[in-house]
Amino acid sequence: MAIRRPVEQISSAGAQEFRADVLVLGGGPAGTWAAINAAGRGASVLLVDKGFCGTSGATAPSGTGVWYVDPDSAKREAAMASREAMGGFLQDRRWMARVLDHAYDTVQQLADWGYPFQTDEYGLQRYGSVMGPQYMRLMRKRAKQAGAKILDHSPALELIVDDRGAVRGASGIRQQSGERWIVRSGAVVMATGGCAFLSKALGCNVLTGDGYLMGAEVGAELSGMEFSNAYAMSPAFSSVTKTRFYDWATFTDASGELIPGAQSKGGRSNIARWLTNNGAVFARIDKADAPTQAAMRLAQPNFFLPFDRAGIDPFAQRFPVTLRLEGTVRGTGGLRIVDDTCATTVPGLYAAGDAATRELICGGFTGGGSHNAAWAMSSGFWAGGAAADHALSVGEPRHAAPVKHAGGVALREGAERPVDSGDLIKSVQAEVFPYDINYFRNGEKLSGALNRLDSLWSATSRAGRSDALRVTRDREAVSMLATARWMYRSALERKESRGMARRLDYPGQDSGPKYNVRVGGLHEVWSRRDANQPAPILEAAE
Amino acid sequence: MIEVIDEERCTGCNICVHACPTNVFDAGAKIPVIARQDDCQTCFMCEAWCPEDALYVSPRADDLEHPDIAALKFNHVIGSYRAAIGWSKGDAPTI
Repeated sequence: MAIRRPVEQISSAGAQEFRADVLVLGGGPAGTWAAINAAGRGASVLLVDKGFCGTSGATAPSGTGVWYVDPDSAKREAAMASREAMGGFLQDRRWMARVLDHAYDTVQQLADWGYPFQTDEYGLQRYGSVMGPQYMRLMRKRAKQAGAKILDHSPALELIVDDRGAVRGASGIRQQSGERWIVRSGAVVMATGGCAFLSKALGCNVLTGDGYLMGAEVGAELSGMEFSNAYAMSPAFSSVTKTRFYDWATFTDASGELIPGAQSKGGRSNIARWLTNNGAVFARIDKADAPTQAAMRLAQPNFFLPFDRAGIDPFAQRFPVTLRLEGTVRGTGGLRIVDDTCATTVPGLYAAGDAATRELICGGFTGGGSHNAAWAMSSGFWAGGAAADHALSVGEPRHAAPVKHAGGVALREGAERPVDSGDLIKSVQAEVFPYDINYFRNGEKLSGALNRLDSLWSATSRAGRSDALRVTRDREAVSMLATARWMYRSALERKESRGMARRLDYPGQDSGPKYNVRVGGLHEVWSRRDANQPAPILEAAE
Repeated sequence: MIEVIDEERCTGCNICVHACPTNVFDAGAKIPVIARQDDCQTCFMCEAWCPEDALYVSPRADDLEHPDIAALKFNHVIGSYRAAIGWSKGDAPTI
């Protein structure tokens, strides 16, 4: 194995400045796998997390399944086939197969590292799920052991590009000291997660689309952003969005009458409609027998935490539920990937996990968990490896080479006062939270929302530079605004219902050639349809 | 939301100041303080990472519960999440 190079601290005057071969933005599963593989290839690796690598993101506070299927051709075939209709037949079989292969090996790796997989009643280890707290605590440890340097509470604010437009680093802020950080690197892995619009879905409030904005600011394309209206169920008072166990629930109205057609799976729209038009919805998980109840407690301790603490027996008592927006976190849209290395459309920039589109394996639908976990392990590993190879081939970042800090709104001087993030966040949430706009989509409502969001962008883009105390939240607000515009622009481009992107005015699936919706741009948002075809096998020339 | 740092149990190790993904705590003179409660996303991670079972996160995401600390301790509610995920008291994660 190559001798790993250290991360160098160049300067600490005015800003903490570092030099590394690979910079990983985000310390969830995708980011940590990227860091581990990049370091394993001999690259010096710096990983920065907006929060804390080990607790940040959607995985750490949850239990999650892993798309883990025995390497038996019939079982693999069934696993792939079972998802194709739900995803609207936009998946790529070759990508599904390589992710299944990689996730299988990765789970074995976790077991070898001592991850305590649960054993079933036959004494066999259950490799199909992981507990978030334990998994991410282990991943933090392994990333450090691999040699990656970690900066926590250090949100990235913008990318740095060289004179040829290739990504060569990023800069941001040390949240707990207020100091700036600047990293010059040979390549960057974007693993910042998706965007859930500060809905308080479990662990998702650090996921505000920051990577989409930073990517778009250097010209990266996004794909599948119409697949962005996942809503997950939680008790109305709680943040714990674990939808799976509601498959065993009965849903009633305030008076205890059954709500027609209300189901977690296959009837969630009836719940959204009832919440919009009629009022409170109550659940009771009364279809689970005693052994199932016991298994549930073992598998997902955090599902029961809010109930136990609020003194509610969810199997016996009714409790109010709501649907919280999980946006692209359990959607499938994100930065467009152009080849097997998880390269984006911009040289030097790789994307992984929920920051990247998951259409290649999920098409237009993912229930979260399982497929996203397998995707994060795989795309993170591949992106990290390719970023290391790229960085080591382009050589030392030339300290004196001209570079440009690519960030825009809230980072540069502007004609008007800085962003008022409180107001802006509320305005964006008012367009993306309502079931009436984002769940039950039609052209008229989408156009109305997009027009209002475009006006907001016009006003926001003139904002001046934010101070160190506010810049992180202000950039989050700008990221959410940009993400909402890409979502609705893409939703308008897809004039049919496919995957989770359903249109009331186009209820059927178009029988014509399938396509992917690409989107991008900041001041002028553009969209484009590309024919849906298998991704090229050859790596893109750089 | 995070509501309790138990002064009796807290050793001032500041693991929660690091581990909170939304930077809710500040280091204090003796023990940490809940400095930005509104930023709490009710993810329970600070409680999971506290080796002293000194933190309590209320299940309520949007309003305060004002729990009785003595009752939380007497009923072993504080520490119950760590126990459920198999992390024992004193098991300090490395930062």
